[in-house]
Amino acid sequence: MSALPTTENVLTIRDLSIEYTTDRGVLKAIRNVNLDIPKGSIVGVIGESGCGKSTLISSIIRLLAPNANVPNGSIEFEKQDLLKLSEDDMRKIRGARLSIVFQDPMSSLNPVLSIGRQMTDIQYRDKKTMSQKRQRSIDMLASVGIPDPESRLKQYPHEFSGGMQQRISIAMALQAEPSLLIADEPTTALDATLEVQIINLLKELQSKMNCSILFISHHLGVIAELCEHVVVMYAGEVVEQGTTKDVFRNPTHPYTAKLLECDPARIAQKTRLLPTIPGEIPDLVSLPPGCVYKNRCDKAMEICDSKTPSWTDFKDGHFVSCHLVEAT
Amino acid sequence: MSTVLEIENLRVRFRVQSPLVALLKRNEDPYIDAVRQVSFKIEEGQTFTLVGESGSGKSTLALAVAGILPVADGSIKFNGDDVTKMNSQDLMDYRKQVSMMWQNPVGSLSPRMSVGGLITEAYKIHGLKDRDREVEASRLLQMVGLPKHFSERYPHQLSGGQARRVGVARALALSPKLIIADEPTAGLDVSVQGEILNLLNKLQDDLGVSMFVITHNLNIVRHISDRTAIMYLGRFAEQGPTDDIFANPRHPYTLALLSANPEPDPETINKDRIELKGEVPSLMNRPRGCEFHTRCPYVQENCKEQKPAKKQSSDNHSYNCHYPLAGS
Repeated sequence: MSALPTTENVLTIRDLSIEYTTDRGVLKAIRNVNLDIPKGSIVGVIGESGCGKSTLISSIIRLLAPNANVPNGSIEFEKQDLLKLSEDDMRKIRGARLSIVFQDPMSSLNPVLSIGRQMTDIQYRDKKTMSQKRQRSIDMLASVGIPDPESRLKQYPHEFSGGMQQRISIAMALQAEPSLLIADEPTTALDATLEVQIINLLKELQSKMNCSILFISHHLGVIAELCEHVVVMYAGEVVEQGTTKDVFRNPTHPYTAKLLECDPARIAQKTRLLPTIPGEIPDLVSLPPGCVYKNRCDKAMEICDSKTPSWTDFKDGHFVSCHLVEAT
Repeated sequence: MSTVLEIENLRVRFRVQSPLVALLKRNEDPYIDAVRQVSFKIEEGQTFTLVGESGSGKSTLALAVAGILPVADGSIKFNGDDVTKMNSQDLMDYRKQVSMMWQNPVGSLSPRMSVGGLITEAYKIHGLKDRDREVEASRLLQMVGLPKHFSERYPHQLSGGQARRVGVARALALSPKLIIADEPTAGLDVSVQGEILNLLNKLQDDLGVSMFVITHNLNIVRHISDRTAIMYLGRFAEQGPTDDIFANPRHPYTLALLSANPEPDPETINKDRIELKGEVPSLMNRPRGCEFHTRCPYVQENCKEQKPAKKQSSDNHSYNCHYPLAGS
């Protein structure tokens, strides 16, 4: 269970589990997750809805719902365990060292305040004059490619198009030059041409500021294009992790292989019957023993019913948790 | 094969200034055209797909076709009868034959009604008292591949994919001739997306229903649709048989959309991509000449002044461009 070799990590998650107390019992949303984000790299997370992506993000920024509980694990960010920090210390990190871009820009920007007001407000930590803060906002808007930023500071979110709103959210998130940016499906609300613009913008800003990005998306094509590393989640577990090239070219967990097969973009021949993964995610309240994917896996063996596969380094930092890999 | 729906020169507009303000400001045209000069046909048993970015007027067009929004100009002929001239009794009848699958699957279901109540609500509204609603509910649930006992459930107990299936069941309740599906797979992961599309394809094969699908996911268009139109600023930039559009795009915007579609392979990225600069112009302030000229990579002098006329190549493939790309 060693970290990826050679590079230093900005975020290291080890053995993290998160449970929610519900009426039906304890829901194990995330179980024993390991995740590394090397300094200055872009890591993508893919997985079905309900696989625990949002819980994972909320745990990193420590904004979990009140019924959540963390039985074990650590989230090490810049040499401190985020789970052990006091709320005051966490506030100093959130938005400054660690920031986030949400899915829907229209609901993350405040509709009743001008963009300029919102952008100067979030600089409350800096001991600068108002005009310096204003200048900083103008610079940030210019760096995300908003034309004529000075005059646009007076405008309100509804006066911007969807692509522009998302650029503004990115400008605000990067304003304090964080070392880790979390992007939660930032392009789902946009069409293909704007999606490409946002991806290129993130790439450019990332290399300029040398921050790391944790990028969550349903869109496999976007992940392939943007990320160096990719993490595949299924039913609250990380089942595979490695460089994008390794994972997309040589998917080793049966779930990853199936997921990639299902992408209509990969199917060159026109078809009326698209591939799917039959079956359902197991109930996270009463998990059966053994591997979580076994009921949908076409390569399931006897051992999968009884024993949970361990997190194995399959090849040079390409991690998989599957009995098939352990066997070889 | 007969034509189910024929739209001619459709215009849908929204008032942006109150009559009094418009009068005082001497604004003779206090409207924006959300849909302008749109003409197309849907044949029986075929799928027509509409692609375009957010704000291009796709949903407005869908609502107008469903008879929900008033039409300013043009005609909507359903089996030869003009919907725009119908009285309320005829419209009621029309809405029995055309049904809608809404964009937000959970949001479009009333949280206070059970699934069974939701999918048979149409019988109540249309006064079909002779139908046994329980029997109908289980018949419809079976058609969309959900177990019978789901009719007792409430929307919050459904996953995204299940909620979509309920949406499909609702749309099927009155055995319509045409289903309008607004973003039927938005927010779904690839496997569930495949399931929903397979379901729609199967229902189309079994029931011979025509479909009008709105999406911005180009990967699925190729697999499900017979004809495709690309919308920009409320107009069709191009429309034609789907295979032909993908093989020989004639409008630069179509080409940009197609090339912007990220490939799910980390090694074949960025080849021949056309990146569009700038943002979509506002509907309040449409560009002169060709409306795409502000972002077009191949813009010429007369594009800025002259409106391009509709051109037609073989096979009902038409486009609005002064300098169409050479088809291969």
